[in-house]
Amino acid sequence: MRNILFAVAILLAGLGISSPYHFQLLTFIGIHTLLALGLNMLMGYAGQISLGHAAFYGIGAYTTAILTAHFNWSPWLALPAALFLAVLIAFLVALPMLKLSGYYLGMGTLGFGMITYVLIREWSGFTGGDSGLVGIPPLEIGPVSLSSGRACFYVVWGTVVLGFIVCERLVNSRVGRALRAIHDSEQAACAMGINTAQLKISVFMLSAFLAALAGFLYAHLVSFISPNTFDFLTSIRIVTMVVIGGMASIWGSLLGATLITLLPEWLHIFSDYEMVVYGLVLMVIMIFLPQGLTRGLLDIYERSKRRAGVPSTTAKG
Amino acid sequence: MLRIRNLKCYYGRIRAINGVSLSVKPREMVALIGANGAGKSTLLQTICGLLPGWEGDMRYEKEPLSGLRPPEIVRRGISLVPEGRLLFPPMSVLDNLKLGAYLRYRRREQAAINGDLEHVLDLFPVLRERARQPAGTLSGGEQQMLAIGRALMARPRLLLLDEPSMGLAPFLVKLILDILVQLKDDGMTILLVEQNARAALQVADRGYVLENGHIVLDGPADELLADQDVKRAYLGKDYREFYDGRA
Ligand SMILES: Nc1ncnc2c1ncn2[C@@H]1O[C@H](COP(=O)(O)OP(=O)(O)O)[C@@H](O)[C@H]1O
Ligand SMILES: [Mg+2]
Repeated sequence: MRNILFAVAILLAGLGISSPYHFQLLTFIGIHTLLALGLNMLMGYAGQISLGHAAFYGIGAYTTAILTAHFNWSPWLALPAALFLAVLIAFLVALPMLKLSGYYLGMGTLGFGMITYVLIREWSGFTGGDSGLVGIPPLEIGPVSLSSGRACFYVVWGTVVLGFIVCERLVNSRVGRALRAIHDSEQAACAMGINTAQLKISVFMLSAFLAALAGFLYAHLVSFISPNTFDFLTSIRIVTMVVIGGMASIWGSLLGATLITLLPEWLHIFSDYEMVVYGLVLMVIMIFLPQGLTRGLLDIYERSKRRAGVPSTTAKG
Repeated sequence: MLRIRNLKCYYGRIRAINGVSLSVKPREMVALIGANGAGKSTLLQTICGLLPGWEGDMRYEKEPLSGLRPPEIVRRGISLVPEGRLLFPPMSVLDNLKLGAYLRYRRREQAAINGDLEHVLDLFPVLRERARQPAGTLSGGEQQMLAIGRALMARPRLLLLDEPSMGLAPFLVKLILDILVQLKDDGMTILLVEQNARAALQVADRGYVLENGHIVLDGPADELLADQDVKRAYLGKDYREFYDGRA
């Protein structure tokens, strides 16, 4: 139901907006939402941190860019290749890594992110190195080129809706319960007969899949990519979106991605102090809404309803 | 049903279980008692496949348990109620129970699972009242009931309990043990680990006493209850009352 409303809202927004700037902004929010959604499945639900998530974003983007721009593949053929490669690498990385936990897992994924970034920069014959890779063709459906702002918007947000539906079903299934169980107590989850290692690897692969999908969309919509888009700061930004939006909340991914994408746009007026204000805003949110925006806003809403004297359905009497 | 011969368990190079032999027959309740650090939890976790580093011979229903991982062992019908309950606190009581049946969902047993859910909620009516509450908000006794109910959701034939009386008031201990007796009468086989030796031996058929990774005594529960060494070492201050009563 909520997803239908969401889809309708997207449809109307696409019709109502005309400014290319707004389309571009919203398209980036959508791509970031996919990234945050994937990481939220891993961090929020399974409780495993990844500080190298931009690597999968980059693998998705560069795989499709190289295949289409250098080898003239159709993007629709490059898509499965990019997704497969990212998921395969995620599997190989997860195999030894998910034996680690807590800080060590953070350090391990951080290292993986750094290595991928350096490889992209240094392997300049294919990737163009620091100067980037140009000439990535736009997506096409039959004769229709999806290069207009509105088309990009619809492609990205259509993907986001699909991602939400899939993740929501997953979270409410037995597998979702098992993921949350791992988060709460891995030992107890084991005792229930949950194959925790296998489940952690699977969710790591799922989050890599979504990141690579975001990378694919990014590459074809922007048509130019360079290593800096996939550096350490991007990894951190994705983590921030998840934490700010709300861990273990699918809609929190949307909220977090929106805020983290819009914040720099709004803060331009502070010019030199932009980063200072940016940091302050994040600190204030974490201090006053430690559970993230989603939970925090819901709590405020509940409280105001109670203060207004309207009996609340979830309030404890 | 469960037969263990000469079991040795290791934490790295430290040996925590030193050649334990023990058996549990079908429909029997066996108590394993011993002081803190004797190796009781280690033994139960090893049976469940949670601690892979062990040597010796463990058989469940005549099949060796060596090399099996926890999912396979749970599937064969052994469930553990872990020490300290280890619930999933933010999740609802219902979700906790459903997690107990995790392995059965894949086998399309939905109807049977719902039946078992009703059965567990009948066994512990207080859990029905609290069904939608997060498990972390339950009282200690309710949490223990939930931990037992969760283990039952896997439809075990052998139930292992690690100190279910820990931290509970005496009337709750009695309530929990009464439930175990009821389960046993319904056909369950139970291995009960306790520091509360008196309570455990009062409901069990047989008992083993574990000390520093060795079995030092075993026999029918009533004989152990009357044994001078057991009284001195494990029945604590009750020993004097016991003694006075006889003198
Ligand atoms: N994770 C562990 N690593 C190393 N030694 C352990 C570990 N867990 C328990 N031990 C040791 O194994 C012995 C038995 O512990 P345990 O099985 O927990 O005893 P009990 O349950 O009877 O209190 C103790 O000496 C304890 O110090
Ligand atoms: Mg113990």
